[in-house]
Amino acid sequence: MFKALKARLFQGYRTGKFPVQPPTLPDRFNGRPVLDASKCADCGACKAACPVDAVVAVGKDLAIDTGKCIFCGDCAAVCKQQAITFSPEYRLANMTRANLIAHSGEIYEPERPTDREFLRFCSKSLKIRQISAGGCAACELDFNVLGTLAWDMGRFGIQVVASPRHADCILVTGPVSKNMLLALKKGYEAAPHPVWVIACGTCAISGGIYQDSPEAMGGIEEILKPDLYVPGCPPHPTTLLEGMLRLMNRK
Amino acid sequence: MDLFYKLSNGTSAALSLIPVLEEQIFRSSVIETVNAGSRIESLFAMPEGENFRIFAILLNPKEHVLLITSMETAGTYQSLTPALPAAHLFEREMAEQYGIVPEGHPNLKAVRFHESYAGKAPWTNEKAPEIGMIDFITMRGEAAHEVAVGPIHAGVIEPGHFRFQCMGEDVYSLEISLGYQHRGIEKMMEGKVSPRTIRMAETAAGDSSIAEATACAAILEALDETVPSAKARRIRAIALELERIANHVGDLGALAGDVAFLPTASFCGRIRGEYLNMTAELCGNRFGRNLVVPGGVKFDLEPARAEKILKWIDRVYPELKNALDLMFDCPTVLDRFENTGAVRRELAKDLGLVGMAGRASGLLIDTRYDLPLNDDPRPKRISLKHCTGEVMARAHVRYREIVTSHEFIIRMLQEELQGEIRSEYNGKIPADKIAVSVVESWRGELCHAVITGTEGTFRRYKITDASFHNWTGLAMALRGEQISNFPICNKSFNLSYCGHDL
Ligand code: SF4
Ligand code: SF4
Repeated sequence: MFKALKARLFQGYRTGKFPVQPPTLPDRFNGRPVLDASKCADCGACKAACPVDAVVAVGKDLAIDTGKCIFCGDCAAVCKQQAITFSPEYRLANMTRANLIAHSGEIYEPERPTDREFLRFCSKSLKIRQISAGGCAACELDFNVLGTLAWDMGRFGIQVVASPRHADCILVTGPVSKNMLLALKKGYEAAPHPVWVIACGTCAISGGIYQDSPEAMGGIEEILKPDLYVPGCPPHPTTLLEGMLRLMNRK
Repeated sequence: MDLFYKLSNGTSAALSLIPVLEEQIFRSSVIETVNAGSRIESLFAMPEGENFRIFAILLNPKEHVLLITSMETAGTYQSLTPALPAAHLFEREMAEQYGIVPEGHPNLKAVRFHESYAGKAPWTNEKAPEIGMIDFITMRGEAAHEVAVGPIHAGVIEPGHFRFQCMGEDVYSLEISLGYQHRGIEKMMEGKVSPRTIRMAETAAGDSSIAEATACAAILEALDETVPSAKARRIRAIALELERIANHVGDLGALAGDVAFLPTASFCGRIRGEYLNMTAELCGNRFGRNLVVPGGVKFDLEPARAEKILKWIDRVYPELKNALDLMFDCPTVLDRFENTGAVRRELAKDLGLVGMAGRASGLLIDTRYDLPLNDDPRPKRISLKHCTGEVMARAHVRYREIVTSHEFIIRMLQEELQGEIRSEYNGKIPADKIAVSVVESWRGELCHAVITGTEGTFRRYKITDASFHNWTGLAMALRGEQISNFPICNKSFNLSYCGHDL
């Protein structure tokens, strides 16, 4: 008992300061891409280097789909014109799919919530059932950390529940493997409606690295309409937490 | 003709050099070699005209070399499993992928429930079987009952199905049926090699990204005849050990949580994140994504960055030790860990357990020593004292590895190293080659093997994650246990679903 108390004092109070203070992200973190079509020479090098076909257009319409992008940075590295750079903008989550596409010269502002019903039900308390459906498990792991004392999402009323019966929201990771299709549908149906959906990670949004899989869908959109899209492979915990808080109109 | 072709780790050879043996000779030489102390790294099939060619890749730890051989079959052969239980899942996999029937296999069932790539799997009349529909091993009797768990679990974890046969609280048998995470990675890796290749291999098991990416890079480098610089290899080695520490810390915390020892559970939950953040300091991603590239690494470890991580470890390591010592000092925790979920040495050997779980059962195996990739730097070997195969042993092996990995990282960060981080890589994929690489991920050895087709293409890409070897170990650990001990047994292994399902 005393040992535990001593250890508790030694370990100290360690919950992070986010969202009161801005997050500390590593200097090599790649956030929302910043594009400058005026520099683009239309050579297509970025498109060829991209492992996931996320450079949707080059030339004057230069655009990157962050719903597909795994933020490897290779497009920026091969671009001799420096038309592509990555900002530290971690607020990548959005409520509409179209806003995930980064355009040249945009002034990016993450979307504000508009769903009144959601806000009425969930702005103070959001109970989440997570369903993984064919990813690589990194998305699950970095969602899980939001429950540790470093992030303590319980402070905001966000909690993981064991059964979809208790859930306001289904958070899906993975591209939806064929083998999880039935379980995902059943899980969704089992939740008391209305129920909201979060697509967490590039896989869940677009199939990501598995977009051409013969054994998986290309993300959850084919089955469920997401209310929040969280880009990243996997999304940084800050990106996910910020997205959920914004959806709840908490900041 | 030799029975096996000897290949060093991370090298390639012409496919024509791999012996094609008569079935009986293949069978006896594989069995004898394994009985003489080698182990199965991978066993897989590839279509060859109308027929199939079955490859066996064994690891000879004494000679530090891979032994490769093969045989041809028209579709049935005598199962190796009765003589070599460690082959059982590989044979099921070949049956599922290509409809090759291992005659006399005691438990021939679906592994991942996908459509067969050629012909049809021997257990189905339909093309695609329904997920989870197998004849589970059952127990009959008045007091016997069955507990079914999954695919969706109560926590935030991957999907899988567990079927327990119980009498009261006692588990007589556990059968684990996976495949829910199957996304067809091996199939997608076939064909033209592209920038997607290594990034996809990296996601075979997301918590072992560094290990998976290193294995894939080693193959690409072997085919291209590129050797990454000493500095690049060192950065990979540091990242690999950071990955090991982060996962061990997370699992030890989760073990504490499962026996309701909350202080260590919460401390470790936070401390694991510190190690993930150190990895992100290296490359921007907490799982080390995009760090490893063919030819080396994408990001340099400058002296200032090394210094920063050293200071970081200086601060966190005492906190970690404090959290772990607290748990390993607590009688109520030890009471739950000791004598729970035992997999004894002989059984572990027969099942072919690898890595941390194998070591915890007393097997002196570790590919960082048995089959080093290049002359990569590596931590000290841990002692196998008291490694008798229980949850306690697995927990303690993890603690020991945390210590040796720390010593290693600190030593590596203190020595400055000059040189390039990325050697020139031309992406050459010569035709008709075989290349194999083995890396010791935090769970254990994982093996990537490739057979190239025409120039620039992969004809077959085979991934064997450590979990593939070890899932049966978990099922056996539960025999004779109370069902309430499942969570800690499970956590002590913490196997990958996606690494198994691919
Ligand atoms: S950063 Fe995104 S868009 Fe650029 S190459 Fe990588 S995946 Fe493609
Ligand atoms: S988005 Fe990336 S991290 Fe998430 S499951 Fe898919 S591959 Fe894994």
